[in-house]
Amino acid sequence: MATRTQERRLAFLATALPPIAWVVVFFLAPLAIVWAYSFGQNAGLTEVDISGTFANYTRALQPLYLGIFAKSIFVAGLTTLLCLIIGFPVALSIVFASEKWRAWMLLLIMLPFWTNLLIRTYALIAVLRTEGYVNFTLEWLWDNASWFMTLVGLQPLGDFTPLQLLYSNFAVVVGLVYVHLPFMVLPLYAALDRLDRSLIEASLDLGAGHLRTLWSIVVPLALPGIISGIIITFVPALGAYLTPDLLGGPDSQMIANVIERQFKKANDWPFGAALSFLLMYATFAAIALRAYYSRGSAAPGHGI
Amino acid sequence: MAQRRAPLEYNRMWQMRLWLFGVFFFLYAPLVALVAFSFNNSKRNTVWRGFTFDYYVKLFNDQDLLIAFANSLTIALLATLISLVIGALAAVLLWRYRFIGRTVVEGTFMLPLVVPEICMGVAMLLFFTRVLPWPNDLPWPLSLGSIIIAHVSFCFPFVALVVGARLASFNKEQDEAARDLGANDWQAFRDVLLPHIKPALIAGGLLAFTLSLDDFVITFFTSGPDTITFPVKVYSMLRFSVTPEVNAASTMLILLTIVLMILMMVMQSRGQKKG
Repeated sequence: MATRTQERRLAFLATALPPIAWVVVFFLAPLAIVWAYSFGQNAGLTEVDISGTFANYTRALQPLYLGIFAKSIFVAGLTTLLCLIIGFPVALSIVFASEKWRAWMLLLIMLPFWTNLLIRTYALIAVLRTEGYVNFTLEWLWDNASWFMTLVGLQPLGDFTPLQLLYSNFAVVVGLVYVHLPFMVLPLYAALDRLDRSLIEASLDLGAGHLRTLWSIVVPLALPGIISGIIITFVPALGAYLTPDLLGGPDSQMIANVIERQFKKANDWPFGAALSFLLMYATFAAIALRAYYSRGSAAPGHGI
Repeated sequence: MAQRRAPLEYNRMWQMRLWLFGVFFFLYAPLVALVAFSFNNSKRNTVWRGFTFDYYVKLFNDQDLLIAFANSLTIALLATLISLVIGALAAVLLWRYRFIGRTVVEGTFMLPLVVPEICMGVAMLLFFTRVLPWPNDLPWPLSLGSIIIAHVSFCFPFVALVVGARLASFNKEQDEAARDLGANDWQAFRDVLLPHIKPALIAGGLLAFTLSLDDFVITFFTSGPDTITFPVKVYSMLRFSVTPEVNAASTMLILLTIVLMILMMVMQSRGQKKG
């Protein structure tokens, strides 16, 4: 019988060791090094002296970097809000679609989600630049309006000056919404799909309008899912690197761009490490918030 | 008089249809334009000048791009295989055993899902330059080792999630029956559990493959001059200039993604039918 216990213990170790070892060596250890570096200072070109200094964190709290943090949070928040406004009707529509349409719509939402982030961002460059499709459309409208004005005897509008859409904060927000919309629609869909439809019907039967029903029945019941969606969208948007890098101008740097610069160009690894950990703490705070709210929804009395 | 709607038929409201059309137009028009202009017979992809395959021909003669593509596929394949083993073991570990620190282990396994990409990229950069410097002169597949390791670290939690969801529907009595009939742990795993989680392994594997193939940020920090992947190459191309060649390269990757996604869904629906 001892062999049986031994065998079981061996099976446990064979199951437990590979994933735990992997996550410790190739995930926790790298993060621990970043954490250690955030308390270090440059000592020579490639040497970093981990002296336990808080200088990097004090530097990160300077107005310049605090401003970039605040801006990143604002941009990610705006992105999340726009995704919620754009995505909510879409999620609602998927829930109430027929089974066949529902599968297709989910597929249509997921496909861009699986398409390479770089490619999607690149696709937006062609849309937004001065020789892009948006400006072409505007120019066409402008010319036609101009032609119409002369037709009715007014002054023509003059030459069309293309809008500078790319390399701006506007482009960054458009890009982030474009990329993160599926992150919002999928959890919203999951939450709305669980909703008891008879409650909506009851509300409508009892005389509430569609908007009132939406606001006082659908939204409160789907609130955990909505919060989930908000946080699932906000977290990656906050840490976005590629979108502000490719679509943003010199004043649309987000925190990830500043981190990248410390490691690749400025060569100030300890400071970059401190910024990385500040971003990570912000992310964890957002996730803790989500855990807090989803715990509330799991409590008895809510899910009946 | 308009036709009366049933109360919940939101999809028959014209406002809703307009909204949906707008959203899907917003999502797809840029991608469709990107694909279309990869066939455009002009250096500047602004105005349509006729159909051509020139840029695809160019693509297949671009040695650097082909190498980058081969690198990406190799990395994705190897990272997927390792992620499958690590991820499946992680799922089985959490599902079968109760042990001290189980919740901590579970949380740690899911941590790569929430750590911002940039932080993970930075961590991998530090790790592979200061702690485990990856030699530059290794023969080809081994030279990609650092990127493969980094990819496994963010892919395996996805496999663990998919396999874990599948395990939840496993009838533990089957496992007990196998043991009563004399199977040892390994035999019970191989002949009872493994067939049950097979669809999840396939779906999780395809998921990991897609994630690995798509990753830019983490690879950007771990790749060296001799280990360029496809997204990193495309990034340097489009930093340099926006040409139809980039469109053609992107189109190839979109095509590959669509094929992978169809495979994933077929596998998933097949698994659901069986389960």
